[in-house]
Amino acid sequence: MSERIYIYKRYERFWHWSQALLIVGMMITGFEVHGSYTLIGFGKAVQLHSLAAWTLLALWAFTIFWQFTTGEWRQYLPSLKNVGAMIRYYSFGIFTKAPHPFRKTALQKHNPLQRLAYLALLAFISPLIWVSGIAYLFYGDWRQLGIDGWLNLEWVATLHVLGAYMITAFFFIHVYLTTTGHTLFAHIKAMITGWEEVDEKH
Amino acid sequence: MFSILKLRRLGCLALLALWATGVLAAPAAPAVARQGTTDHSKLEALRGPFKSGPEVTEACLSCHNLAGHQVMKSIHWTWEASSPTTGRKLGKKWAANNFCGSTLSNETRCTSCHAGYGWVDKNFDFSKQENVDCLACHDTTGSYKKFGTDAGHPLYADREFEPMEGPPGKKQFKAPDLTKIAQHVGKTGRANCGACHFNGGGGDAVKHGDLDSSLKNPARELDVHMAKDGANMACADCHTFNSHQPSGSRYAATAKDRHGLDLPKDDHDRATCESCHGLAPHKEARINHHADKLACQTCHIPEFARGGIATKMLWDWSTAGKKDAAGKPLFIKDEHGHLKYSAAKGDFAYGENVRPEYKWYNGVVHQISITDKLDGLIAKDGVLELNRVEGSASDPGARIWPFKVMRGKQPYDPVNNTLVVNHVYGDDDTSLWKNYDYDKSIKAGMDYAGLPYSGKYDFIPTRMNWFITHMVAPKEKALACQDCHTRSADGRLAAITDIYLPGRDTQGWLDLLGSLMIAGAIGGGLLHGGIRFVTRRKEKAK
Repeated sequence: MSERIYIYKRYERFWHWSQALLIVGMMITGFEVHGSYTLIGFGKAVQLHSLAAWTLLALWAFTIFWQFTTGEWRQYLPSLKNVGAMIRYYSFGIFTKAPHPFRKTALQKHNPLQRLAYLALLAFISPLIWVSGIAYLFYGDWRQLGIDGWLNLEWVATLHVLGAYMITAFFFIHVYLTTTGHTLFAHIKAMITGWEEVDEKH
Repeated sequence: MFSILKLRRLGCLALLALWATGVLAAPAAPAVARQGTTDHSKLEALRGPFKSGPEVTEACLSCHNLAGHQVMKSIHWTWEASSPTTGRKLGKKWAANNFCGSTLSNETRCTSCHAGYGWVDKNFDFSKQENVDCLACHDTTGSYKKFGTDAGHPLYADREFEPMEGPPGKKQFKAPDLTKIAQHVGKTGRANCGACHFNGGGGDAVKHGDLDSSLKNPARELDVHMAKDGANMACADCHTFNSHQPSGSRYAATAKDRHGLDLPKDDHDRATCESCHGLAPHKEARINHHADKLACQTCHIPEFARGGIATKMLWDWSTAGKKDAAGKPLFIKDEHGHLKYSAAKGDFAYGENVRPEYKWYNGVVHQISITDKLDGLIAKDGVLELNRVEGSASDPGARIWPFKVMRGKQPYDPVNNTLVVNHVYGDDDTSLWKNYDYDKSIKAGMDYAGLPYSGKYDFIPTRMNWFITHMVAPKEKALACQDCHTRSADGRLAAITDIYLPGRDTQGWLDLLGSLMIAGAIGGGLLHGGIRFVTRRKEKAK
C-alpha cells in the first residue's frame, strides 16, 4: 500500500515549471546565438534569450526570498550520509527492484545524491553561467564601466557556452531521473500536483 | 554607476512615454519649399545678354562680392587638399587613381568638371575670380551643362560632335541659354552636384558605386534621404557649405563621429550620420553599442549601385589599343549594353547591387601619389593598393566601413618604379585616345609633368578603396543580425578576423567537449533506462 503526502507547495511548483520553461527556452535560443543552428534568426534569439535571463533573475529573487522565509533552503544542505547507499541503489538496486534507500518527506524532499547534485548546480554551474552571462549582456558598457581592459569577449562567451553545455547535460540527466519513481511518471505527476505517493513499508 | 544606469533607464521610460503619446511617432511634416528673398530675374545686373561663363560670373560678383574668393579657397577650385592625418598633398592634382589616371596633360577634358573656366593646361591662373563657375552649382533650370572637352566652359554655340565611345556619327549638342540660366540661380540641388560627382571616372556611375544619376530622383528604397517620398534632401543638406567650403571630404573623413548632433552652436558640418541622428539613434541599446565598432553605413547600405546603373569594378588598361580587321579601334558592348572593351581604355567589368567589402577604417588613408616610389608599397598579393585605409579592432578610433574596391591594371615605370602620367586626351599626335600608342602617350605625359621617365612601361595590378556612404536604404532594408552573426563562410564580416563575433566564432574544443557531455547525458540515460527495462521484464517473467 502507499500513502500520499504533500511535498511540493504551490509556489515551489510554479517556480519549478516556469524556471524549466525559461531554461529550455534559453537553451534553444542560446545555442542559436552560439551559431549551432538557425531557427528564429540571431537577432530574435538574442532578444528572447536576454528577456528570459531577466525574467529568470526576477524569478530567482522571489525564490530566494521564499527559500529563506519558509526555511526550505535547508533542503539544499549537503550530507554525505547515505550517499553510498544511493549510488549503490542507482547502480544495482534499481535493476533488481530493491527498495529505494531514501524516503521522501515534506521535510526531506531530496535524496542525498540529489542534494549534492543541486548544490553543484548552485555552487558551480549557476555562477559560471550567471557571471559570464551578465558580463556578456553588458558587453556594450564594458568601456564605460572601465572593465574592457581585463575582460575579453571571446573568453566570456566561451565560459558562458561551457556553462550552457553543462546545464544542458544536467537537464537530460534530470529528465531521465524523473522516470525512476515507482511509475515512470510518478515524479512528474508529483511536481504538477504537489502530492507524491510514498511506500508505507519504510 | 548604478545611478547612471538608472537615469538612463528613466530616460528611456520617458522617451517611451513620449513615443506612446505620439510626440515622437509623428512623421516629419513635408518640407515646405523655402523661397529666397531675391528674384534674380528682376535684377539689373542679370539682364544680360551673356555670351560667356565668365561674363555671368562677373555679374554675380557685382553683388556677391566675397563669393569668388571663397570658392577659390575650396577644393572644387584648387583640386588640391592636404590630408589632415598624414599631411600629404592630395586631391586630383596629386593622388593617383586607377580610373583615368592623372589630370596632367589631359586638362581640357578633365576640367569639364572644374568649378571654373579655362583650365586648359598647367599654366592656368588660379587667381582670377571671374573664372569661377557659379552656374554649375547654382543653376536651377537643369539646362546648364559644361561641355566635355572645353576646359570647363559650356557650349557658346551649337556644335556637332562625335563622342569617342558612343554610337558612330556626329551628334548635335545645344548651347545653353546663359541669360535665362543666370536669371534663375538658386540653391544647389542633387543634379548640380551630380553633374560632376555622378560622372566621376568619365561617365555615369563609373567611379563611386554609391553616386550615379539614379540619385537625381531616387526611389525611397534607393535613398531614403534624397527620395521625394523620403526626406527629399539635397546633397548640401549633409555636405553643408561654410563660405563655399564643402564639408565631408573623402580626404578628411570622420570615421567615427564622437560629437553627435550638429547644433547651431557647432561647426555646421553635417557630413556624418550622427550630425542629425545623434549618437544613440536606435531604440535598442545593444544596437547603439554596435556603432562603436561599425559605421552606420555598414548596416544601412546593404549594397551599392542599386539604382539600375552599373558601376565599374575593374579597369584593365593593359589591353587597350586593339583594332578590328578594318584597322578601326575596337569598342565592344556586353549584353547589357555596357562597354566591356574600349580600344581607348582596355577591359572593364561592371557591377550592380554589389555587396561592399568591409574593412577597419580610422580616417587615415595612405594615398599614393604619382611621384611616389613604389618600393615597399606593393601588398603581399602583388597588388599595389593606391589608398590603403588604416585601422584595426584594437584601434578605438576605427570602425568597420563598407567599401567599393576598384580593381585595375595600369601603366607604370618598372625602372624608376613609379606610376606614370598617361597623356590620354588631346587632338595631337601623342595622345592615347587618338594614336593608341602607350610609348608616345606616356612619354608625352611624363614630359609634360616634368617627371623622370625611363622610357620603359609595364602594367601593374592595383586596388583602390572607395568608402560607401550614399544610397542609404530605408531602415527595414538594413542588414539583419545574421548577415554577420553566422557560421556561414559567406557572412558579411568574414574578412574581419581580429574580433570575436558571436554566432560566427567558436572554439573546436568547446563544442567537442560540450557535445560529449550532452551525448554522455543522453546516452547514459538510455543505457540505464534500457537495463532497467530489461531487468524489470525478467523480474516479471519470473
